[in-house]
Amino acid sequence: MTILVDETTKVLVQGITGGEGSFHTRQMVEYGTQVVAGVTPGKGGQEFESIPVYDTVADAVSATGATTSVIFVPPPFAADAIMEAAEAGIDLVVCITEGIPVVDMVRAYQYIGVRSTRLIGPNCPGIISPGKCKIGIMPGFIHKAGSVGVISRSGTLTYEAVGQLSDRGIGQSTCIGIGGDPVIGTRFLDAFELFAADDDTKAVVMIGEIGGTAEEEAAEYIQRSFNKPVVGFIAGRTAPPGRRMGHAGAIVAGGKGTAEEKMKAMERANIHVCESPADIGAAVEKVLLTA
Amino acid sequence: MTYRFGGIDEHWEEPFPSAKRNPGATMKIHEFQAKDVLRSYGVAVPEGQVATTPEEAEEIATRLGGRVVVKAQIHAGGRGKGGGVKLVESAAEAREAAEQILGMQLVTHQTGPEGQKVKQVLVEAASQIERELYLGITLDRVTSRNVVMASQEGGVEIEEVAARTPEKILRETVDPAVGLRPFQATRLAFRLGFEGKAVRQASGFIMALYKAYETADCSIAEINPLVLTSDGDVLALDAKINFDSNGLFRHPDLVELRDLDEEEELEVEASKYDLNYIKLDGEIGCMVNGAGLAMATMDIIKLAGSAPANFLDVGGGASPETVENGFRILLSDKKVKAILINIFGGIVRCDRVAEGVIQARQNIDVTVPIVVRLAGTNAEQAAQMLEQSELNFAVGVGLQDAAEKVVASLKNGGGR
Repeated sequence: MTILVDETTKVLVQGITGGEGSFHTRQMVEYGTQVVAGVTPGKGGQEFESIPVYDTVADAVSATGATTSVIFVPPPFAADAIMEAAEAGIDLVVCITEGIPVVDMVRAYQYIGVRSTRLIGPNCPGIISPGKCKIGIMPGFIHKAGSVGVISRSGTLTYEAVGQLSDRGIGQSTCIGIGGDPVIGTRFLDAFELFAADDDTKAVVMIGEIGGTAEEEAAEYIQRSFNKPVVGFIAGRTAPPGRRMGHAGAIVAGGKGTAEEKMKAMERANIHVCESPADIGAAVEKVLLTA
Repeated sequence: MTYRFGGIDEHWEEPFPSAKRNPGATMKIHEFQAKDVLRSYGVAVPEGQVATTPEEAEEIATRLGGRVVVKAQIHAGGRGKGGGVKLVESAAEAREAAEQILGMQLVTHQTGPEGQKVKQVLVEAASQIERELYLGITLDRVTSRNVVMASQEGGVEIEEVAARTPEKILRETVDPAVGLRPFQATRLAFRLGFEGKAVRQASGFIMALYKAYETADCSIAEINPLVLTSDGDVLALDAKINFDSNGLFRHPDLVELRDLDEEEELEVEASKYDLNYIKLDGEIGCMVNGAGLAMATMDIIKLAGSAPANFLDVGGGASPETVENGFRILLSDKKVKAILINIFGGIVRCDRVAEGVIQARQNIDVTVPIVVRLAGTNAEQAAQMLEQSELNFAVGVGLQDAAEKVVASLKNGGGR
């Protein structure tokens, strides 16, 4: 089993005819993802690689029954695209776009909050259930189907961790990139709740970074009610305070959001915290053996 | 920064390519600029004007009636303690104060020991202050909503107040569907202890500040201190505004306010090449794709016994040009004694990256040892190419090995 997405998931791509949208749609289809529709306003009625394109998400949903959307729309229009998907009744929206203004995301977060839509991202690599469904821009081939869940705020650092797992023959149930922005839809805590309910996920890797308190929130939850082993890493121990380290959300501000605080909170929750990013694979191997 | 809708033909090859589109941090501006922006939204600020010469300062002071405050305009906080703010009683004194402040290397707790050169002063009408308070607006990441914070303890570091006496921080969370409501602003005004006509002034001030914060895509708008004058007016005595760089495409006028002299030279240079670079103090220059992996690479360098010279996210492309520009930036930092390149190729192929590294290495005279670690798509082919290039690369197998090799290269003397 997996969480959120599998081989039956019907996906629509918002921005399917754009540069990134078209490139990654091909990659997703090649991986085996069921891409049933695309949306580009003004291009309704056309086809992209024999995938029907619609003008609106509502049209695409009623015609194809898509339940999940992935967004490759440029930043000025991406928050609106999230809201359009939510309004059309999409269950899961995966927003890849980086660079969405925070003001726009605050409104979009509120908008989807009063509906039953789950958002992953923005500014994230997406979600993959290896061998079944890839929604996003991660390289499919480094993944391997199995029983370890991965939750991460990062992109290439997630690939690093996944690479370490697959190299050891450890497969993954589902890997979620939750995104590097200050306002994101699905947080560590939400993803842990989903993995808790998935019997086939035996352990979880969480890869956090400096900034915010989402790792601490998750650690509290894990301590209280998560019964599977967790391996964690926090990037940015050497980052100077007050500087945004690439991701808009990765900043130590007002003495808050340091790697040390996060690591301490995670250790209190009995999470196996890796000092080095090179140790993630070995740590997972160890907890799986003793679990 | 403008955003071109039709201009994104290149593929988003790796997760966070627009580290390239939004290089650098939140944009900061000077106090006088912040006050101009706030004034345009109807926020009450003292009358004043910026001067670049003592003569100008004297003229402005004359016009304002003589009794003024002369304030150094640099981005760093703590200017008062560093001697960058002077209260004077006459236009002649204003001229003297400006003479002292203009051109000085102002050192504060935020500038570092070398300080920041003062090129402009704000000359502002001095107010008779009855009370000093704090008002700030920012994003609350826990609720994903904006929050207005206020405190009767103004003029001091608000983080200290928050840490010592959290109950003294008043908060109003903004519902994004309707924005800050007038009753919330009025409630804050009462809780801050305003009375009589000042209540309405204060709530009007708070509403106007929120409008400015949201409309101008601010990441923070902070008034510290907010003052009540003896005339009963509510004014922003100081003002700090930072902008969300993701929102700047909507505000070409605000982008003009950027002062490159206040930013690290190499960082400005890097931003010209669309590189996301932050200078640090160590000896090992690193070039990485992706912000998270870049931070993790810095961390593992530290664990291996050295220190990173920088954060550098080359984004998705890692094309020959990107790598070449990256080398140039890294090598302009004279502290750099060795370089670690760490690329996890996903959609982007490692053989292409290796090609870029080899080409860049041929075009630039790199005198320091280079360790290259390429993982992911076509990594083995890439390693072979690097070895066969007969250029002086060490190839790292995995993160740990790469970090150990680059730190070891320092012990063998490193470069330079």
